[in-house]
Amino acid sequence: MKKFDKERVLLAVAGPVIALVLAIALTSVVLLASDRNPFEPYRLMLQQASYSDVQVLIVNQASMYYIAAIAVALGFRMNLFNIGVDGQYRLAVVMTAVVGANVALPNFLQIPLLLLVAMGTGALWAGIAGALKVTRGVSEVVATIMLNSIATAVIGYVTLAHVWGVQLGNNMTTGVMRKSGWIPGIDLGADVGEIYGLVFLAILLGIGYWLVLNRTRFGFDLRATGASETAAAASGVNAKRMVFLSMVISGAVAGLAGLPLLLGDTHTYSLSFPAGLGFTAIGIALLGRNNPGGIALAALLWALLDKASPALDYATPVAYEKEIATIMQGLIVFAVVISYEAVRQWGLRRQQKRVGAELAAAARNTDKKEVAAR
Amino acid sequence: MVANHDIHLTVRKGTVHALVGENGAGKSTLMKILYGMQKPDEGTIAVDGEQVAFGSPADAIARGIGMVHQHFMLADNLTVLENTVLGSEKLHGIGGGARRKIKEISERYGLGVRPDVLVESLGVADRQRVEILKVLYRGARTLILDEPTAVLVPQEVDALFANLRELKSEGLAVIFISHKLGEVLSVADEITVIRRGTTVGTAVPAETTPRQLAEMMVGSELPTPETAESTVTDRPVIEVENLTVHAAGASLGEVAEASDVTAPAASGGTGAVPTAPTDADVRRVLDDVTFTIHAGEVMGIAGVEGNGQTELIDALIGTRHADSGTLRFLGEDITPWPTRRRREQGVGYIPEDRHRQGLLLEAPLWENRILGHVTEKPNAKGFWLDPKGAQADTRRIVEEYDVRTPGIDVTAASLSGGNQQKLIVGREMSHSPTFLIAAHPTRGVDVGAQAQIWDRIREARREGLAVLLISADLDELIGLSDTLRVIYNGRLVADADPATITPEELGSAMTGAAAGHLEHDESGAPSGATEAAPEDEAR
Repeated sequence: MKKFDKERVLLAVAGPVIALVLAIALTSVVLLASDRNPFEPYRLMLQQASYSDVQVLIVNQASMYYIAAIAVALGFRMNLFNIGVDGQYRLAVVMTAVVGANVALPNFLQIPLLLLVAMGTGALWAGIAGALKVTRGVSEVVATIMLNSIATAVIGYVTLAHVWGVQLGNNMTTGVMRKSGWIPGIDLGADVGEIYGLVFLAILLGIGYWLVLNRTRFGFDLRATGASETAAAASGVNAKRMVFLSMVISGAVAGLAGLPLLLGDTHTYSLSFPAGLGFTAIGIALLGRNNPGGIALAALLWALLDKASPALDYATPVAYEKEIATIMQGLIVFAVVISYEAVRQWGLRRQQKRVGAELAAAARNTDKKEVAAR
Repeated sequence: MVANHDIHLTVRKGTVHALVGENGAGKSTLMKILYGMQKPDEGTIAVDGEQVAFGSPADAIARGIGMVHQHFMLADNLTVLENTVLGSEKLHGIGGGARRKIKEISERYGLGVRPDVLVESLGVADRQRVEILKVLYRGARTLILDEPTAVLVPQEVDALFANLRELKSEGLAVIFISHKLGEVLSVADEITVIRRGTTVGTAVPAETTPRQLAEMMVGSELPTPETAESTVTDRPVIEVENLTVHAAGASLGEVAEASDVTAPAASGGTGAVPTAPTDADVRRVLDDVTFTIHAGEVMGIAGVEGNGQTELIDALIGTRHADSGTLRFLGEDITPWPTRRRREQGVGYIPEDRHRQGLLLEAPLWENRILGHVTEKPNAKGFWLDPKGAQADTRRIVEEYDVRTPGIDVTAASLSGGNQQKLIVGREMSHSPTFLIAAHPTRGVDVGAQAQIWDRIREARREGLAVLLISADLDELIGLSDTLRVIYNGRLVADADPATITPEELGSAMTGAAAGHLEHDESGAPSGATEAAPEDEAR
């Protein structure tokens, strides 16, 4: 039995490792092709990552990637492709910022209210795609992409000056949120920075994701539907309800993705609020194999590439383009898709062979007796 | 798949060579190697005395080896001619030359294939002949037929065998894989038995009985499907009344109702509004089906595949809703119940397609044990799953049902078909169902496992289980059932007494040739008796 467990660990690790090695190798090829040192940038980035202030940036950024990637992974487990995480979290951030700026409740009510607003907004936005899929058969991919655009338009409207927008310098914001809704972080000193308080929410979400999927009836139904819709239907899963619910839950989680930054740092939504988290999260969920631990590592890696690369631009004696990190991220996604499928098929075949071999070995022992009897 | 080792097989020209063996014995692997789909690790293959190595099916075809797969590989929307030339356009072109060649082959071997009909309009037996023709068209001298009779009724099997004899008299070699030992003995010239990946012996059909052959396959004695004494009670478990299901697409109840009033939309734009309500506008895949199964009764349903069996199962398990009619389970109307509630209340389900409906192929065995019973003990404690309980119970099932696996953490996909089926049967029986829907419970299962599954069903039946048995294996139907019904075109057209009926008589009723109560001494001819009330034939 132990043998198969080791086997599974090997299979789980082989995919990402092959993907990373491949991506690094290809990036080096790109560097070589442009007459650069093929290894120096990695060293520079690793050096950056060893500084505590960069580490804080990485953790903070990773927490947001993590939440968004969990939302994507929830869909993946169900065979749903929620490309709309991007629209969902941006809209949720705006709504939370607006509520946070205009509602004043004591701290212990304000924060739950803000979290609920964010989750509700994300759930509603994703729920539209879910409802369309269930009632009209609209592909969630198409619906969520369109909802992303609509979200952008809605945000544009909400931040107009005569709606809820507040002009700050030449930036359009939603006004500064009430202090009761700010979430304090862990201050590590003036020159190091502050870790967002909601990093812990990300960790909790990861644990919750694992618990719900692996230890609850609902999670089993969800995974079963993702693995085989027909088998799930025969086992008594209401597929439509499941599609709708998982879309809503995915949206609710997505709604939280922007909050670590909003409640921990900016305290307002402005035009410079980061966009595109939702798309990055798709790659992270892929790299993390929809596994909460894997996603955490993937999110940290992504954040590392993000935060350690800017220094490449003014490295001495030779500067490198920081876009090397972007190239690497792209290549990782590429390599991930290929290596996972290859490893999966290889693993299945290998297991079938092993099962066959073990059974044949067992059979040979019993056969001896039968041959004598015949 | 099970690894093959030490296989010795010699096929002579002008013979039908049967290959029999348990499921998972390695027949498919062997065939894949012969057809170039898989490479052997050791050993040699020689064709006409010359050693060959196949890298792909194309190499095998070039050497005159052709394969007719169990699942047909034809494009429905193309004609027979187009299907035949597809991929071999260079041989005889795609026009007149190809047509002449097809006609020539068809006449030579008595296949009776018409080149210009659409494949979608052909029945199963005709499609199979097209597959054979395709292989011959590519110049095959050795044909591999993988379980060719699994989908055929007895009459069609006879026709197929006539074709095979024709082929063999022309000097071709045929490798014939089958589970049905009677057939193997009737058509084969030589038989090779494979067990657990190796050849255990050969047999000469004239000197062998099906029983001996089966014992060679499993290496032990085996029982028959006959149920001894009747255990039928008068306590109805499942009552189906006037169950009607429309074809998908027209299953919206409104269509049928609308046609009762004016029949506007459904008549397909013919313009004229018929005065009589046109039920025919909506194809009924299940039409006015009524039956009752009592505790301790096995009701068998015979029928050629695609005559409403799937819809009947779906309606009973609740994945498809009845357009009219009622289902009662232990006296309670369950028509509106969702699938999960039905299963929780004691409806067991052995699905007809275990890969699509019965298993999560890439999930470990113990998760497959949870499938379908996620809300029940030992799989769940309230809202939470109970992996420990499920794992322990999976070990018990593996033990009790002799599921051959090295452990419960391997994926379901790595088990052979028969072992997968044993796991499913074990799972369903573990929740002591009161009503069991058993669709092809032993399809693709080796004789040893088959006997086990039959025993389990019989055992549960003694304790009052009601079973709806749907099977293409007529021996199984006749042997296991207390009551037999024939389904044809969505209707239950005939009933029969399994004690006296023969597979041939049942076979002809399945093609719609007979209706009413089938009497043995009238050799399957309609007796004129109208459909009796379902309770009547429950002895």
